[in-house]
Amino acid sequence: MAELIVISTLNGVLFGMLLFLLSSGLTVIFSMMGVLNFAHASFYMLGAFFGFQLTRWIGFWPALVIAPLLVGVVGMGVERYGLRNTHKHGHVAELLLTFGLAFAIEEIVSMIWGKSPVDYRVPAALDFPAFTVFSTNYPAYKIFMLVVSVVIFIALLVTLKRTRVGLIVQAALTHPSMVGHLGHNVGRVFMLVFGVGSALAGLAGVIAGPSLVTQSDMAALLGPILFVVIVFGGLGSLPGAFIASLLIGLIQTFAVALNGSLASVFGPLDPSLGASPLTDIWNVTIAQIAPILPYLLLVLVLIFRPMGLLGTRES
Amino acid sequence: MTAAIQVNAVEKSFGNVAIIRDLNLSVAKGERHAIIGPNGAGKSTTFNLISGHIKPTSGEIRLNGEVTSGLRPFEINRRGLSRSFQVTNVFARMTVWENVRCAVLWATGHRYAFWKNVDNLPEVKQRTAQILDDIHLSHRRDVPAGLLTYAEQRELEIGITIAGGASVIMLDEPTAGMSHAETERAVALIRRLTEGRTLVIVEHDMSVVFGLADRISVLVYGHIIASGTPEEIRGNPKVKEAYLGEEVD
Amino acid sequence: MTNAVTPAPAMAKEESSSALSFYGIWLVAAAALVVLPLIFSSGGSLTSFSLIGIAIIFALSYNILLGQTGLLSFGHAVQYGLGGFLAVHAMNAVASHNWPIPLPVIPLMGGIGGMAFALLVGWVMTKRAGTVFAMISLGIGELVASSSLILRSVFGGESGITTDRTALMPLFGWTFGPQIQVYYLIAFWVMVSAIAMYALTRTPLGRICNAVRDNPERVEFIGYDPHVVRYLAYMFAGFFAGIAGGLTAINFEIANSAYLGATQSGLVLFSAFIGGTAYFFGPILGAILVTYLQLGLTNVTSVWQLYFGIIFIAIVMYAPGGIAGILMKHRPLIRAGTLRSVIPSYLVAAIPTLALALGIILTIETVARFSGGDVINLLGIPFVATAPTTWAAAAVLVVGGFLVARITWRRIAEAWDRAATVARDRGYLA
Repeated sequence: MAELIVISTLNGVLFGMLLFLLSSGLTVIFSMMGVLNFAHASFYMLGAFFGFQLTRWIGFWPALVIAPLLVGVVGMGVERYGLRNTHKHGHVAELLLTFGLAFAIEEIVSMIWGKSPVDYRVPAALDFPAFTVFSTNYPAYKIFMLVVSVVIFIALLVTLKRTRVGLIVQAALTHPSMVGHLGHNVGRVFMLVFGVGSALAGLAGVIAGPSLVTQSDMAALLGPILFVVIVFGGLGSLPGAFIASLLIGLIQTFAVALNGSLASVFGPLDPSLGASPLTDIWNVTIAQIAPILPYLLLVLVLIFRPMGLLGTRES
Repeated sequence: MTAAIQVNAVEKSFGNVAIIRDLNLSVAKGERHAIIGPNGAGKSTTFNLISGHIKPTSGEIRLNGEVTSGLRPFEINRRGLSRSFQVTNVFARMTVWENVRCAVLWATGHRYAFWKNVDNLPEVKQRTAQILDDIHLSHRRDVPAGLLTYAEQRELEIGITIAGGASVIMLDEPTAGMSHAETERAVALIRRLTEGRTLVIVEHDMSVVFGLADRISVLVYGHIIASGTPEEIRGNPKVKEAYLGEEVD
Repeated sequence: MTNAVTPAPAMAKEESSSALSFYGIWLVAAAALVVLPLIFSSGGSLTSFSLIGIAIIFALSYNILLGQTGLLSFGHAVQYGLGGFLAVHAMNAVASHNWPIPLPVIPLMGGIGGMAFALLVGWVMTKRAGTVFAMISLGIGELVASSSLILRSVFGGESGITTDRTALMPLFGWTFGPQIQVYYLIAFWVMVSAIAMYALTRTPLGRICNAVRDNPERVEFIGYDPHVVRYLAYMFAGFFAGIAGGLTAINFEIANSAYLGATQSGLVLFSAFIGGTAYFFGPILGAILVTYLQLGLTNVTSVWQLYFGIIFIAIVMYAPGGIAGILMKHRPLIRAGTLRSVIPSYLVAAIPTLALALGIILTIETVARFSGGDVINLLGIPFVATAPTTWAAAAVLVVGGFLVARITWRRIAEAWDRAATVARDRGYLA
């Protein structure tokens, strides 16, 4: 039990930090531009596949730097040539554009790399157990992921608190209507923010790829969870997104590790009852309901606290 | 007689900043009441409070004697208060006719009906046509509201506001941005259409205010410093000092 | 603009003639639905027509949300799928109890299923519109789709739940075994649903839905609660989506969890938006086109979904009114008689635009078939994906097509401006 708790906590925090790499960019982009970027998880996927391909060509370490930059360039292109032209048609059109992009990117990725998982391996330099808890070997690569995401987290904090762009972003988070008054280079700020957000998502993809499965449906699987994270944390709140990322990371990880069901706690139902929704619910394990837990949380939050954990605005 | 609008000790704060402090206002039934004051005095906030757009931090607002503070805008509207907006606020993709008709539907009792053909409701049709005629937009009835000229949109804004037949009409700077001739036309329109109703108006154009209002309240820093007939206001030294001195001789 | 005033008698005449043409359209549509299978009687076309009919109902129901009320839903398939499941269970129950209920009534059960779900979750969901609603609809969609795999007794797990549509009592000797009978059953429901949904737009609620779409804030000041309006719209959309789901269940004699999924939700959004959400008939065009492409392209290319995505992105960026929007833009020009001045620029632009499109197709297919696949057959010309000549041809078509097309597009815009100015002067355009 203690083993499970330690390992799951580590994994949960790790998954949460990865989620935050994505949700932070999504939150900042949403706050500044009013666009919910449906393709954000697609940038994460692009990161993973670029990382995979570049690792083959030039090795993991250069890929770690170049792949996120490439994704950032793609993101800037999307902002400059896509969103900026669609802006005049309103937020719904922008949302639809990113939806279409997410769809197209998934198709392009599966066209080039196929629909089955690619063989994106942990680099040999990090392919050893970092330490052993009880009887489980904890891989060094996961520690590396954790370190990278924490470093990025700190870098983000410093950027937000210390730089001019950071101050603009902060102002935009609290007073979204002020963004329009930023001056003549507002377009460049948007492009930069969008690019950095995409690059962060890409970075998350590069480092998560070898550890999780790198496959063309990885964006479609993660995207909805990201939306849950930012609604749950409160739209436009970075601390909210942080807490929600960790919380959902932990909940998901623990749920997957738990095999208990109502049947295992209270004993099986009388077989004479036959098959019914009750028996389904009685016998389902916590691990099996792990995928729906985030959405259950979303519904609960919407009913009891519509603005999310730390949100201040209703929409 | 109960007042049409009674505002008692209303306060509104955003965070720690009190925008409205100890606001007291009484508008008698059938009166044309103007609220004036320098920019940022809280005139629009006052409108938003009375119409339910925002809720007061403390205090009480009554409409025809009934407490309305804390009610939603549509609940207040159903009790007989209708307002216009400073920034034109119409249904841009719908035609002029549809704009006015939508504003007639609740008052004529059709509510959320999904079993009636909206084109076959004689009283709705007649009332909509009447209002279009009143606001001189009959010849533009099939034009999407978003394509109207600015002055036409302002007239439509007034049309939507009065269409429901509310007994209390609140107009937020109805002549803002209009030319002199357009303003005169709009004032005549307002005077005619609010005949027999209570009117509360926020206006910057002093000729409109003094030409239209029976009573005037002066709002400065979220507080009413004087209330009275146009003559009383003109002669009030406090008003002169705080505000009027620079705008009216 | 004063010369735009139509004299009163002319107006009355216009009104009666438009009423005539209005009923005419519905009659023509009904006649077309009856006659179609007589002209194209092969099994394949019957199947296609059936699917298109269902897609039309589904897309129209989606447009109650997006086009009429301004609600962007990413989870509309939930109501469609639940309608399908309820229909399957209803059919099995009717068959096993020998209840005297004929098959044509079953889609109504689907509708009730879709509406019941909307009734249950709609109040919380429609509290807010815009982006928040979009996200919530996505979340609820994922929730229901994932839950359906857990509640195996109701949803049948991955394999779904099957049924036998011929097990119900026959109606006038029809057992609904043959596809042609199913087609007419679907056609009947297409007519009924389309008329009902059109009628809905002509009611006080339908008009207020438009007002909520345009300006929810102002709606609150004319006596309406926009939340209630959105909730009602959501229920109606759920009802008709459920009917479509019920028809699908009858058509395939199965309901499975894919009916509820994100792909289905995405397809209906594509249909409605590509067709055009601003006009009632837009989603009908979209449903026909998307279903037709879906059925047709799957045989030609393995990456047909990518083409959907590209068409969708192009529509969002360059023609947000969809096909219906493009068509209806020409109406004032036709009336003013200035359309003729635009057509030459269209013809000129068609050639480089086509070249660009072919270039894009060639590029995509080259990438798709690079590591093995058939030879690309483009307008009868074979291209080998690994040959540098193919790459060169694709590059020339894309770059050259784009550069020339851009000039001709500007020409169209100029011709348009001139024609529209004339139309405006003649009072046919506001």
